Amino acid sequence: MELFFSQILDGLSIGSVLLLAATGLSIVFGLMGVINLAHGELMMLGAYVTFVVQSLFKPMGGVIFELYFPVALVLSFIVTALVGVLLERTLIRQLYGRPLETLLATWGVSLILIQLVRSISSAMLMGILIAVALGFLGTRLLRLKIGDKPFFPYLYGVTWAIAGVIGLVSVNALSAIRPLASAWFGPRNIDVTAPKWLQGSWGKIGGIELPGIRIFIILLSIVLLLAMVWFLTKSAWGLRIRAVTQNRQMSNCLGIPTDRVDSITFGIGSGLAGVAGCAITLLGSVGPNLGAAYIVSCFMVIVLGGVGNLLGTILASLILGIIQSVVGSGSLLIVFPNLPPAAKGVVEFFATTSMSLVLVFIFIIAFLQFRPNGMFPQKGRSVEA
Amino acid sequence: MKLVQRLVPWILLAIALFILPAILDDFRLNLFGRYFALAITALAIDLIWGYTGLLSLGQGIFFSLGGYAVAMNLMLNTKSEAGGNGIPKFFENYGVEQLPFFWQPFWSPTFTLIALWLIPAIVAGLVGYLIFRNRIKGVYFSIITQAALMVFYHFFNGQQKLINGTNGLKTSTTELFGMLVGSPDMQLWLYRLTVVLLPVAYLICRYFTSGRFGDALIAIRDDEQRLRFTGFNPVPFKTIVFLVAGALCGVSGALYTVQTGIVSPQFMSISNSIEMVIWVAVGGRGTLVGPIIGATLVNYLRSLVSEALPELWLFVQGALFIFVVVLMPDGIYGWFKNGGFRTLLAAFGIAPKARTYPKLDENATALEELS
Amino acid sequence: MTQPLLELHDVSVSFDGFYALTDLSLTLNKGELKSIIGPNGAGKTTFLDVITGKVRPTKGTVTFRGKSLVGLSEQRISREGIGRKFQTPRVFENLTVLRNLELAVSPHKSAFNLLIDKLPTSAKDEVQRLMHYVGLAPFATTRAGSLSHGQKQWLAIATLVAQAPEVLLLDEPVAGLTDEETVRTAELIKSLAGDHTVVVIEHDMEFIRDLNAPVTVLHQGQLLTEGPLEQVKADPRVIEVYLGQSDD
Repeated sequence: MELFFSQILDGLSIGSVLLLAATGLSIVFGLMGVINLAHGELMMLGAYVTFVVQSLFKPMGGVIFELYFPVALVLSFIVTALVGVLLERTLIRQLYGRPLETLLATWGVSLILIQLVRSISSAMLMGILIAVALGFLGTRLLRLKIGDKPFFPYLYGVTWAIAGVIGLVSVNALSAIRPLASAWFGPRNIDVTAPKWLQGSWGKIGGIELPGIRIFIILLSIVLLLAMVWFLTKSAWGLRIRAVTQNRQMSNCLGIPTDRVDSITFGIGSGLAGVAGCAITLLGSVGPNLGAAYIVSCFMVIVLGGVGNLLGTILASLILGIIQSVVGSGSLLIVFPNLPPAAKGVVEFFATTSMSLVLVFIFIIAFLQFRPNGMFPQKGRSVEA
Repeated sequence: MKLVQRLVPWILLAIALFILPAILDDFRLNLFGRYFALAITALAIDLIWGYTGLLSLGQGIFFSLGGYAVAMNLMLNTKSEAGGNGIPKFFENYGVEQLPFFWQPFWSPTFTLIALWLIPAIVAGLVGYLIFRNRIKGVYFSIITQAALMVFYHFFNGQQKLINGTNGLKTSTTELFGMLVGSPDMQLWLYRLTVVLLPVAYLICRYFTSGRFGDALIAIRDDEQRLRFTGFNPVPFKTIVFLVAGALCGVSGALYTVQTGIVSPQFMSISNSIEMVIWVAVGGRGTLVGPIIGATLVNYLRSLVSEALPELWLFVQGALFIFVVVLMPDGIYGWFKNGGFRTLLAAFGIAPKARTYPKLDENATALEELS
Repeated sequence: MTQPLLELHDVSVSFDGFYALTDLSLTLNKGELKSIIGPNGAGKTTFLDVITGKVRPTKGTVTFRGKSLVGLSEQRISREGIGRKFQTPRVFENLTVLRNLELAVSPHKSAFNLLIDKLPTSAKDEVQRLMHYVGLAPFATTRAGSLSHGQKQWLAIATLVAQAPEVLLLDEPVAGLTDEETVRTAELIKSLAGDHTVVVIEHDMEFIRDLNAPVTVLHQGQLLTEGPLEQVKADPRVIEVYLGQSDD
């Protein structure tokens, strides 16, 4: 029985991570109708930020090292939020009203982010900076000289292409210098050491150990969620976000700067993904492919919980987390050792992490047959087919 | 002019059948065989996405099912692959003594030839029906198909005892008609088969997209609700078209498997299925020529980049996604068709002859032809 | 008196506690032409949504030829013979005018029939006739998306007629049309009445007068009054809800 409870606790902590990630995905989806396929990669960035912070704090040792995690939490939020805002400003905005195209474009972004983390080195960073600087300079010059000519847009593109090629060449050239060439992270998984105060147990309740990491993650997501609710319902920007979610055109007419609302929302959503990524580092080693493992679960949460619905998202992510952990670990067999053989076979069949995902999917498809719009469908005139 | 247009496909077919094998070495020809096999998948995706507006991120399921069907048959019917019990050797590694029941019918080549498209079609029809019936569409449809893909991936990846799990099934060392499937002669025949089947797939897609059925598909893409009010139930249309696309993907996967020499759960990775979509986007969706061009071109590019700088490919691919979606939403073929090239020339001062507007008399003649 | 063709009885529709329609009862007889007016938010469009199956009534019954329509899908209701034109003209933008009409005129609406059947000559003739009638014949091979707003309205009406429904529900058929086009639309609608049962929702009082049909006034989801236009216009309650917005 104790094992069963600790599995539920496991499930709750996985669910909390899902919740953080899915909340970000869900508010963005609710606001802009956009699914960000790079969301998982933003989580991955958050995890890597944590790794970098940890590596920077390590030499200091002692008490200071123990404090790295709060710093990492804040930084991973800020960094991923900034990346999110940049993404929204440059790309997502171009594709407004074309949700399927946005899906594809953000997938392109996710590919680039994955490869970037894998192969970034000092040489590469310099190369990218060179290319970007050249591109900006070249196009600025071009605009001054021939900005009014009809062939300007084409040459604009060509200039960026040339800048890119020069960047590529300089990466190759700089890679000849040994210390610059080595990749910072490489394609392999990295490990983050949790600070001491998180390791081990935080005491017992009714004979059940409370592992610090799990409890911390659960508490973290509760706090962030409350902050999120407060922000959305009490703050001025939260009001604006809710207004735009309900009726974009009307909000625009009322003088709400919808483009800034979009940026802020996207930033916050991305930041939440970053925090989720930061929390994941406590659960195990992380790698460049971390995003793919979580994004599908996040989607399932959204499908199950309904669009842009906080309560639905909470319930759905906790349910999914618990199913995954309880079924996937096979602890049902230990709790109910006297199952009939047929049921035992079924439980065993689904008793791996991946097979529990299969079960979750079957559950969702079945659920959708009765409630096609998720647990809490939107109603009213605003729902247009 | 009309005559030339009618001849173009035949010329292309002749080039693919006779000239390419003559000028390319075995390795390159095999690559082109794979591209053409993938082009069938691109056609299928165009059918559901380009015409009907359903962006499926799970076509890898049907692609792999086709591949597995063929691979199972080849494994069973190759003496050198058989272990002690007369069943494929890999089973011994997991201590499996009896062939799992669902392998049994794959002894028969006839069954396999039907199964490789029928099984994906049935799965697609079923999944499609369950989704469409609840009016799930748009982004929701995309993420559910992606979740379905993950489910199939995990299933095939996790079941070593049933299907050799993550190792997949190797076909290059199996035999067909007494020849090694991986041998150059066999590969040449498979190439020819692919070149013949690609136009067949094209014609199938044309059958479904022309006429009022095709109009209804476009109507679903434009305004599904309106179509309901016109008295049509969109669900069967979508289910049929998803089913057909599933079958085409199955054929494509089977052809691809025998030409790469292996089928594995990797075929069902998330990235593979999204990549398929980009072939269509690059070539030009909503046209039937576009996907063929796109699949061939993107995969050719992939081979080139991966051979030269393998690390670069993800960057290139990512950039390609963003570029096509933002700047060239109609794809290459659509860009040419909609006068993109002409605009380009005009921008550089090489102005083409201006066209008169409106083309009233042209419409009038079109009308006469109709009545 | 014979049984009415279409009957709404005590229909209420609520969206999360907000009542768009409250206990609305209305009958339509065969061959009748009826126009419905009412200020914004009176529930006019919801009224059509309930009949055509887009919105399920919270309470009440909708019967067509004595058969309940509640719970039927949109396509079933359409096949029963109730056609609808939307407030904003919804046409299939990427199909040509001709294709739009051919799709609507298809006698069998199953996927299988569309794949196998050829369009019968009579249907093709009907398409040509309609196209000429609404003046879209020169644009037969033009994409519907590139038509002007007025042309789209005409096409939307033409596709509706091509469906050959028994009851036509027209939601603002003359919005955005020129005066001349409006007159012509009124003629078209009057010619349809008799064979068909027609309900017109409009804001354009001029047009309502042209139609010369009994008027029903909706207000806040309820039926305010019914009768000929002159009588309705004299009704103080109507004047009140329109706050002097009435034409005169």
